[in-house]
Amino acid sequence: MELYRLTIHDAHELLKKKEISSRELTESVLDRIEAVEDRIGAYITVTKDQALAHADVADESIKNGDCMPLTGIPLSIKDIICTKGIPTTCASKILEGFVPTYDGTVVQKLKAAHAVIVGKTNLDEFGMGSSTENSATKKTRNPWDVARIPGGSSGGSAAAAAADMCIGSLGTDTGGSIRQPASHCGVVGLKPTYGRVSRFGLVAFASSLDQIGPIAKDVTDAALLLNVISGHDPSDSTSVPRGVPDYTKVLVSGLKGVTVGIPTGYDKEGIDPDVADAIQKAVKVIEGLGATCREVILPHAEYSVAVYYLIAPAEASSNLARYDGVKYGFRDKSSEDLLQMYRSTRSTGLGTEVQRRIILGTYALSAGYYDAYYGKASQVRTLIMEDYKKAFEACDVLLTPVAPTPAFRLGEKEEPLAMYLSDIFTISANLAGIPGISVPCGFSREGLPVGLQILANHFNEEKLLKVAYNFEQATDHHTQRPKL
Amino acid sequence: MRITKEEIAHVAKLARLQMDEESVELFTKQVGDILAYIEKLNRLNTEGIPPASHAISITNAFREDEMRPSISAEAALSNAPQTEDDMFVVPKVL
Repeated sequence: MELYRLTIHDAHELLKKKEISSRELTESVLDRIEAVEDRIGAYITVTKDQALAHADVADESIKNGDCMPLTGIPLSIKDIICTKGIPTTCASKILEGFVPTYDGTVVQKLKAAHAVIVGKTNLDEFGMGSSTENSATKKTRNPWDVARIPGGSSGGSAAAAAADMCIGSLGTDTGGSIRQPASHCGVVGLKPTYGRVSRFGLVAFASSLDQIGPIAKDVTDAALLLNVISGHDPSDSTSVPRGVPDYTKVLVSGLKGVTVGIPTGYDKEGIDPDVADAIQKAVKVIEGLGATCREVILPHAEYSVAVYYLIAPAEASSNLARYDGVKYGFRDKSSEDLLQMYRSTRSTGLGTEVQRRIILGTYALSAGYYDAYYGKASQVRTLIMEDYKKAFEACDVLLTPVAPTPAFRLGEKEEPLAMYLSDIFTISANLAGIPGISVPCGFSREGLPVGLQILANHFNEEKLLKVAYNFEQATDHHTQRPKL
Repeated sequence: MRITKEEIAHVAKLARLQMDEESVELFTKQVGDILAYIEKLNRLNTEGIPPASHAISITNAFREDEMRPSISAEAALSNAPQTEDDMFVVPKVL
């Protein structure tokens, strides 16, 4: 058996019964990484020695009868979450040589759960992008077609999960960066409610939108990861003091009594016919499982891209002011005076997309323009939030595509605005702070995965997991794996 | 009115970015396109709509003012490009 192909829950059963050891499982995943990394490019850092040490600790604890759901499970982490003693690059030259002195809260939680961390995955620099092409480190390729992008910004995590280069992963989602790559790579990606998971140790991009979440091979695994990473953290004042349920409890059959909303208000023109077809079929399946479907109107949905590309760059321009060549990372040493050092360090160290967003955000916040841009966007954000509030008075969950098209080719989208517009279905969830999940729902005629997005109201992760699980169990898309 | 090259150069200065002529030109076009798209927000009348600053209702998170463990000066300085005697070293300011 190829152990690297296992899901978390299947591997857990085998570990618990002592049919396999964590060391065997971890070595299998590390061998897999070595075999396919050249073609996929999912990892920035592979932490082989640390992974094997974690595995041995896990095996010891299993021997003593302690096998928690993540004990001994090899996981990867997007390289924007701080890992003590392991470089954390954000795929940026400006963090060259940066080695965090602490673990992010989610990493502490994974370690306490005896998970095995195999490495740090590639991303668009600081999470800014939808294709992972904006990485200063390397290009990641889609395991289903290596001429195509894996999506982004958590493209490394999604590609690694799809190509069995880890058993599960953590990504981050500011405007769709978990759900869209999960959709393009045919895996499950869950963005939790804002405040559900601590952001302590997550390098900030847009603080009112960022959230950490699982990328997994199936819905059960996503629920298992969410169980471990959720919860209030005194180190993140925006994390919410609220109990964490066992998210696997809702993974049972039947959707009777569930009302599903199909939003209108999006421009249908840009949607690929294969995507539209797969979504329509998915809605039929969900109806067939006992759910009631109805149309809902999100009147301001079409404004979400415009709102997002003011708010996210505005927050980013402020957050990224910290990269000044003084406290950590890269410094351009050729400059004689301080101001020149700041400018040359930032211009050499930050990539084009990051600089473009800093410019856009600085402009939107600058004197004389603040009300017209940032102020206006914040007001429309209120309208978008109210749309969802009304929709969830009538529906338990909403269904949409994750992305308007399947994965595009590397280099295909050169204009930034064209890339931004592909985020239309995912970004409003970040603006409203609601949770969303991407589940595989079919393939295009060219054999590329298509994802179904399920959205729910704040802290209703259980509802979306229940619908996602039932859909998954009624279909076989999640069992398909790319041939590598 | 579209954003001008002078404005891009000015904003770059505010953001502590150094930009050559070519980048200024490219950004003027691209940021101009993005701002032109964003203009669609002006179709909406938002008079009296309160701006959202957070997606969920967040209240001040207070805690007791007690000493807690923190990282050492050595650890805090460990990633700095240049240090001396427990301090960050920067090029001369004046």
